[in-house]
Amino acid sequence: MASMKAKKASKVMATVVVLLVLLVIVSLLDLAWAARMLSAREVIDVLLSRGTWANNLIVKDNAVRIVIGLFVGAGLAVAGAVMQAIFRNPMASPYILGLSSGASLGAAIGILFTIPFIPSIITTPLLAFVFCFGTMFLVYSLSRTGGVTHTETLLLTGIAISAMMSAVVSFLTFIAGDKLEGIVFWSMGSLSNATWEDLLFVAPAILAGIFIMMMFAKDLNAMMIGDSHAMDLGVDVNSVRLITLIAASLVTAAAVSFVGVIGFVGLIIPHIFRIILGPDNRLLLPVSALGGATFLIACDYLAHTVATAYGVLPIGVLTALVGAPYFIYLLKRRKSEIGWS
Amino acid sequence: MVLNYEVQDLQFKYRNKLVLNGVSLSIRPGEILGILGPNGCGKTTLLKNLNRNLVPFGGCVLLDGNDIAGMKKREIARTVAAVPQDNEIKFAFTVKDIVAMGRMPFQKEFAGTSREDEQIIDRALTETGLQDFGDRFISEMSGGERQRVIIARALAQTPKVLLMDEPTLHLDISAQFEVLDLVYRLSKEHGLTVVLVSHDLPMVVRYCDRIVMIHDHKILCNGTPEETLTPANLKQVFHVDGELGKDAKTGRNTVILHGSTQ
Repeated sequence: MASMKAKKASKVMATVVVLLVLLVIVSLLDLAWAARMLSAREVIDVLLSRGTWANNLIVKDNAVRIVIGLFVGAGLAVAGAVMQAIFRNPMASPYILGLSSGASLGAAIGILFTIPFIPSIITTPLLAFVFCFGTMFLVYSLSRTGGVTHTETLLLTGIAISAMMSAVVSFLTFIAGDKLEGIVFWSMGSLSNATWEDLLFVAPAILAGIFIMMMFAKDLNAMMIGDSHAMDLGVDVNSVRLITLIAASLVTAAAVSFVGVIGFVGLIIPHIFRIILGPDNRLLLPVSALGGATFLIACDYLAHTVATAYGVLPIGVLTALVGAPYFIYLLKRRKSEIGWS
Repeated sequence: MVLNYEVQDLQFKYRNKLVLNGVSLSIRPGEILGILGPNGCGKTTLLKNLNRNLVPFGGCVLLDGNDIAGMKKREIARTVAAVPQDNEIKFAFTVKDIVAMGRMPFQKEFAGTSREDEQIIDRALTETGLQDFGDRFISEMSGGERQRVIIARALAQTPKVLLMDEPTLHLDISAQFEVLDLVYRLSKEHGLTVVLVSHDLPMVVRYCDRIVMIHDHKILCNGTPEETLTPANLKQVFHVDGELGKDAKTGRNTVILHGSTQ
């Protein structure tokens, strides 16, 4: 028994150390990106504020991208892990409940139309945010019958609402005319347009969301066994589900509003760490946050470097291109650990 | 063990349909009470009202003098543990992880397991014969083994009462005996009060001290197996031709069924 525990502890330590090292490496690599690759020396000089010509580039452009990427990657991964726990469903993610498509629709409207009384600079994120929350409440209230919410109904409602929202986004894209590029680019996700001002909103929203979700880690463990099991153990299932869903929406909305739709982080990252470390959310949520941040920065670096002839690729393309094949591998090889039995 | 557990004129509605229509019942300490009835008679609803997984439309459940409507779920879970019907678990928790969840009603959200918790968990594992299974994955166990793990988790709640919903459903016949023998032993050795809901007459009756039969959303009869499991009641509630009999080898009650009356 004791040796099992020690083995588990060293596994956790190893995972965290590897992730931290990877995170530092990809962050430095991503910081060093420029029209030509900067040397490690130049990056470190800048970080230690020994002024060089690269200061502007690194601090103004690259650093903000990385910092916002850290928050978004961590937030999406935790939101995905929590949704998989709430719905006891390995395919749950901010996507499946229609949160991402809701936010997309809000953003598309913001890009296409000028809304009176709202400063144009915040129109897109604000609408994305409002639509994301609106979708969450719509899906949740539609699937509630007689004071009870059934997981199956909730997932199916999410899928249906999501399809509807996506259809409207497609329609808006179709009629977008000269604003087509804005919508398309946004719907594929990009960290490049983020600014330090965005971070003032994104960071607190995502941190608060992650903190709230982690507070319920133990309750979520019980809910993974089953709602009636959790109730028998004294968990107020309905309020835990509602509060954690609001927190997950907050995180998704904050992420999607400023950097667009980035898929697969919320789906794949929690699965990887559930396989390595087991399903205990008290461990899984923080490690997924670290893993999600690392994965997103790595994808951002790849987006900047794999196809330089085409410029910087949308990051959503990379997360799906890297994430999907790995996910399929997991499905084929590790079915039982993922939770498909 | 002191226990005062009363159901008073309980009414429950599901979408304007009355599922329980004035059920009153007192649960006695240390007994194994079988609530029997066909599917859809309201017996599972009754069980879920006993620990406020469902909230009644009228009437109340009193636990040691307090109306459970005014108690926190955690408080109820310190006295009343339950083994739900569905125990299919997809995620790879270990047996020990699951049994440790039984301590949740006593812990703060961020607190880990204390030394006392560890002792209680180990005892629950031993009581259920799972002491060597602590590191096994629940997702790889059979239905009967999972049922035992959930019973161990319930024991880790150090409850006075154990509620069981259809404990024999989905189990092999030998596993049915194992699970019910375990519960019987826990009740007789430790004074654990057990309320079980079932439609599996011949099996469950072997273990019950008292029977409540639910018919038409009300209690039809409440008493010893001899008083309740009469041919007339069996016919009215289950539409079967049968009577109470004895298993000659073990001396236990069972219901002998001859066929349907429909």
